[in-house]
Amino acid sequence: MNARGGGEAGMPAAASPANRAAGVGASAAAVPGDRGAGATAAAREERASLGWSRDQIARRVAQDIPNGSYVNLGIGLPELVARFVPEGRSLVYHTENGLLGMGPSPAAGEGDPELINAGKRRVTMMPGAAFFDQATSFAMIRGGHLDLSVLGALQVARNGDLANWSTGADDAIPAVGGAMDLVAGVRRVFVLTQHVTKEGEPKLVDACTYPLTGRGVVDRVYTDLAVIDVTPEGFRLVELAPGVDFGHVAARTGAAILPPID
Amino acid sequence: MIDKRVDGAAAAVADIPDGAAVMIGGFGEAGSPIELIHALIDQGASRLTVISNNTGSGEVGLAALLKAGRVAKVICSFPRTANSTVFPELYRAGAVELELVPQGTLAERIRAGGAGIPAFYTPTAVGTPLAEGKEHRSFGGREHVLERGIRADFALIKGRIADTHGNVLYHRTARNFAPPMATAAEVTIVQVGAVVSAGAIDPEAVVTPGIFVDRVVHVPQPLQESELVAAGARYP
Repeated sequence: MNARGGGEAGMPAAASPANRAAGVGASAAAVPGDRGAGATAAAREERASLGWSRDQIARRVAQDIPNGSYVNLGIGLPELVARFVPEGRSLVYHTENGLLGMGPSPAAGEGDPELINAGKRRVTMMPGAAFFDQATSFAMIRGGHLDLSVLGALQVARNGDLANWSTGADDAIPAVGGAMDLVAGVRRVFVLTQHVTKEGEPKLVDACTYPLTGRGVVDRVYTDLAVIDVTPEGFRLVELAPGVDFGHVAARTGAAILPPID
Repeated sequence: MIDKRVDGAAAAVADIPDGAAVMIGGFGEAGSPIELIHALIDQGASRLTVISNNTGSGEVGLAALLKAGRVAKVICSFPRTANSTVFPELYRAGAVELELVPQGTLAERIRAGGAGIPAFYTPTAVGTPLAEGKEHRSFGGREHVLERGIRADFALIKGRIADTHGNVLYHRTARNFAPPMATAAEVTIVQVGAVVSAGAIDPEAVVTPGIFVDRVVHVPQPLQESELVAAGARYP
């Protein structure tokens, strides 16, 4: 899928004690953004003035992951979540190419080319880690043994349909990896994504127009503007990013969105 | 006395015929049996069907086999990677057929093939283009799709250590597809960094039991794909 395939470059550096400490329970705190080098000053201003940065979305997701969870983080934006696990919580990260107990990336130029994650980037292993083959890894996934999967998205529909592996373009090289297995088997699926595309098109929609990864699989969506649940009634707002109002989110969502339940 | 050692990669792959179905282990460069693949390029077999998770990078290893025009069809889950240009070019030119399979379904199809299970139902891919045209059936109120087990004529895999009986240990995430592939091929060929005598591996620690391995090739200093690609290497 695109979200994974694009994840080979520009990944975050390993978690540092400083940003872990800063990650404790601070969903609404203003944190200096660490934008990509390609962002224009204007875009930086726009982003900084409204909603959560990429790091802040990741931090918000991390707050919702219970202690002791077994978690698969998709490649790309979801990978940031590992940097912001609140103090005192211990999570076990699964990477579907065959490792439970994945640790942060090693320093540049270090590590082992045969100790990698699903994005084919070098990683480390934590105490208590285990290696296993692909059939076993996907038995964990399909068999419902993982608590949570955090994935990127091209589109999420109001009924929980997810499209995140192909735009269906004629010249695209189709590639799916483990995304369809993850959404079919993991108990809860969170999506972490920008609210709109680079072109400003809504990614939360009535019905996906791109080829599906799975039907009715998404439980909750975290964007730069809001946290939104997928419910039997459709999208329902859970929480707004600071400085963002309901109308702003609704105008950038391609489907009806319900106000939060009191 | 059982001794599955074969003298060199060339001898190990010498009988792979044109049109063979060949499973090739590895997830990206981790576990890719580059020396066996290069020997297969030298050997010349063509019209191969390759079952592998990816399609290689640069112009070495699996990508070089594709570049040499030896592959008619690829069954895989993720045929593009950083530095992967050979497969996209061939695919866009219509020079290679692709059967795209979700990664877990690919692993299970191989496992099933090796375990004598001709087909199985899975919830993966239901409602997506990858389930179109396949038999569906509901279990417990949930829709599933029928997928078929895969077997191959040969499997080429990479391990860390094997004994003369073909018991294999792997290295970290290089294990990936090798154990199920070893079970699903008529002839499984493993390249390993070290070969030891029978009895030297703790039986409790064996990952792939020797019954699944036919030929053991000692490759003491295996090439690493990313280093070759970074150096601009091409094979041959």
